[in-house]
Amino acid sequence: MPKSSRYGRKALAASLVIALSGGLGMALESSPAAAAGGGFPFPEQSWSFDGVFGTFDRAALQRGFQVYNEACSACHGLEYVAFRNLAALGYNDEQIKAFAAEKLIVDGPDDEGEMFEREGRPSDLFPSPFPNAQAAAASNNGAVPPDLSLMAKARAGGADYIYAILMGYQDSLPESVLQEIFDLRTAENEKKYKAALEEYEDRLDAYQDKIEDGQTATEPVKPEKPEPVTSVEDLGLPDTAHFNAYFAGFGIAMGQPLYGDDVEFADGTEATIEQQARDVAHFLTWAAEPTMEERKRSGIKVILFLIVLTALFYAVKRKVWADLH
Amino acid sequence: MSNGFMENSVVRWIEHRLPIFSFIDHSVGSGYPAPRNLSYWWNFGSLAGVALVIMIITGIMLAMQYTPHVDYAFDSVERIMRDVNHGWLLRYLHANGASFFFIVVYIHIFRGLYYGSYKAPRELLWILGVVILLLMMATAFMGYVLPWGQMSFWAATVITNLFSAIPLIGESIVTWLWGGFSVDNPTLNRFYALHYLLPFVIFAVVFVHIWALHVHGSNNPLGIDTKGPQDKIPFHPYYTVKDLFGLGVFLIVLSAFVFFAPNYLGHPDNYIPANPLSTPPHIVPEWYFLPFYAILRAVDFDFLWIVPAKLGGVILMFGSIMVLFILPWLDRSPVRSAKFRPIYRQFFYIFAIDCVILGIMGAKSADGNTFGMTNVFISQVATFYYFAHFLVIIPLVSTLERPKPLPSSISEPVLKGGGSMAGATAKPMEKA
Repeated sequence: MPKSSRYGRKALAASLVIALSGGLGMALESSPAAAAGGGFPFPEQSWSFDGVFGTFDRAALQRGFQVYNEACSACHGLEYVAFRNLAALGYNDEQIKAFAAEKLIVDGPDDEGEMFEREGRPSDLFPSPFPNAQAAAASNNGAVPPDLSLMAKARAGGADYIYAILMGYQDSLPESVLQEIFDLRTAENEKKYKAALEEYEDRLDAYQDKIEDGQTATEPVKPEKPEPVTSVEDLGLPDTAHFNAYFAGFGIAMGQPLYGDDVEFADGTEATIEQQARDVAHFLTWAAEPTMEERKRSGIKVILFLIVLTALFYAVKRKVWADLH
Repeated sequence: MSNGFMENSVVRWIEHRLPIFSFIDHSVGSGYPAPRNLSYWWNFGSLAGVALVIMIITGIMLAMQYTPHVDYAFDSVERIMRDVNHGWLLRYLHANGASFFFIVVYIHIFRGLYYGSYKAPRELLWILGVVILLLMMATAFMGYVLPWGQMSFWAATVITNLFSAIPLIGESIVTWLWGGFSVDNPTLNRFYALHYLLPFVIFAVVFVHIWALHVHGSNNPLGIDTKGPQDKIPFHPYYTVKDLFGLGVFLIVLSAFVFFAPNYLGHPDNYIPANPLSTPPHIVPEWYFLPFYAILRAVDFDFLWIVPAKLGGVILMFGSIMVLFILPWLDRSPVRSAKFRPIYRQFFYIFAIDCVILGIMGAKSADGNTFGMTNVFISQVATFYYFAHFLVIIPLVSTLERPKPLPSSISEPVLKGGGSMAGATAKPMEKA
């Protein structure tokens, strides 16, 4: 093959690869919550389920389930998870029956046509804490607590995001993060103020022109210079919102859910707020995709098989084409 | 077919009544001669065919478990993920398979643009390909609606609303498409029916596409016609084995996504059930539609007080595909391969970069800035260049450019190598 054409081929290959990776990269870059109105960028954590060989940590899952069951489940459902699924966390049949029996399930209608409540069974899904969305909203200042089954997949960042939100309340935040958020908001306010001031000056000119012409007009109000933001109160969040560094707009409807020692871990681990947040994020990652371990295990086998198969195809191709080159 | 297969009496009995074996042999076997110099860029046609088959098989199996109802669609998809045996594999193969189908087809199209595969006598072959692309886009869009997540619902709302830009009858058309006054259960039902139907229409058009291909055979990297048997090799075993190797590489890359990053190409919002009362902050289409989305949003001005901005955007978006239909007549150069067209080759790369820029702009918010320019302005320039490439640059370059001299035949460089090679390549048909 002549040199120029080889160059042409390579350049075509390169441009297509760039085109595709560029397109893919951009599609992804746009998705994280860092987009307009997002919260403070949250740090990446390291998890046992990261990577190609990642698996869930059974002890962390059980602790995380305990946090969900004893703290979160008062307001948040887990509608796609059944009690029987808890076997994957390492619980035996008796334990699962006991967990299920703690919950009341609405069943029916019975022979008289009445709905009735009964103890949960392993085959039941986790019952929702509220009978419907309206009831949920009514008990929570109008905000419906979202179901947590898919939370780890429905937010950019997954487990990192869940952990960040739980650790994003004022008490748990490092002073430096708070200060950065205040500075950010101060800068935003000043930018808005400058724009408002320019608009005010234009209006003032128009107003003065009118007055000089003898017309009546209302004098525009000069915008007030904003004070620098120095506390959470200065952020001007709505009354129903709680400050959270990592939630979009810094105001979240959920009050701080974890304070430390909210549960007493069965395995004796100290229930610090970090520990509980980490474990419940771990548990919710499992809940969002209980088949993740199976998926990764199969993936390794499939790809190893395909590499061998492709190598064989390549060898055969070389042999078949040998007399042409 | 010289491997003794035809000597089998059962085979001969069938062949005498239904010549299916010779049909296969003339389609993808030793009875179909192909240019001997096809590069790996020619693998993507057969890969697209395999991708279509993967999509149809996984799709039918998903359809057995899926419920097309607004109250159950999202739940039924989660049931597939959690309770159906290997349901997660079916769904992730189908979702990522769609992305890879588009990757493969886009490479296939750019291959055609670079090597002039759309030129005589392959104009209809090219046009059928563009029809397949349009059908694929419709199918992919409707398939994305079926899980009934937030992005599903809002993508359906945004895209169907585009038809309201049509003067006078636009609103009625949208109501007709929806089967009501908003995207709702009737919309989901008909999208499901059409999403099941269209792949088979694609399959039929692919069949005609391959039929047209077989009349004059594949184009090749040199873009010159084959001159005789020394320029050709039988499709089987040479290209069957080469395609199998390419398929292996393709499956490895697809598997890497399916098993280790299955949601990488998706959007987290689609794991939130559809909620008509809550609009996501950013409605973004799947990555393979981003360049077209950028063209749609680029038109933020009314054109000559006749065409409102929205209609202008819709016209340009559809026009960006429609222009491909007339490409064979816009390009007047008799030389096919960009290898011998130094000027066109430069513009080909600029055009590819332009498409990437459009894709990037499609992903960004319309009111943002990049490099100190508004995203809308960049999209407008890139859109203008997209159409200028086809409507101005290609016709001009193809008449003004002086192409490099073409080799006299495909086998010429090989034959120049020495007499011994000529002997080996003169009768490749005997090998198979």
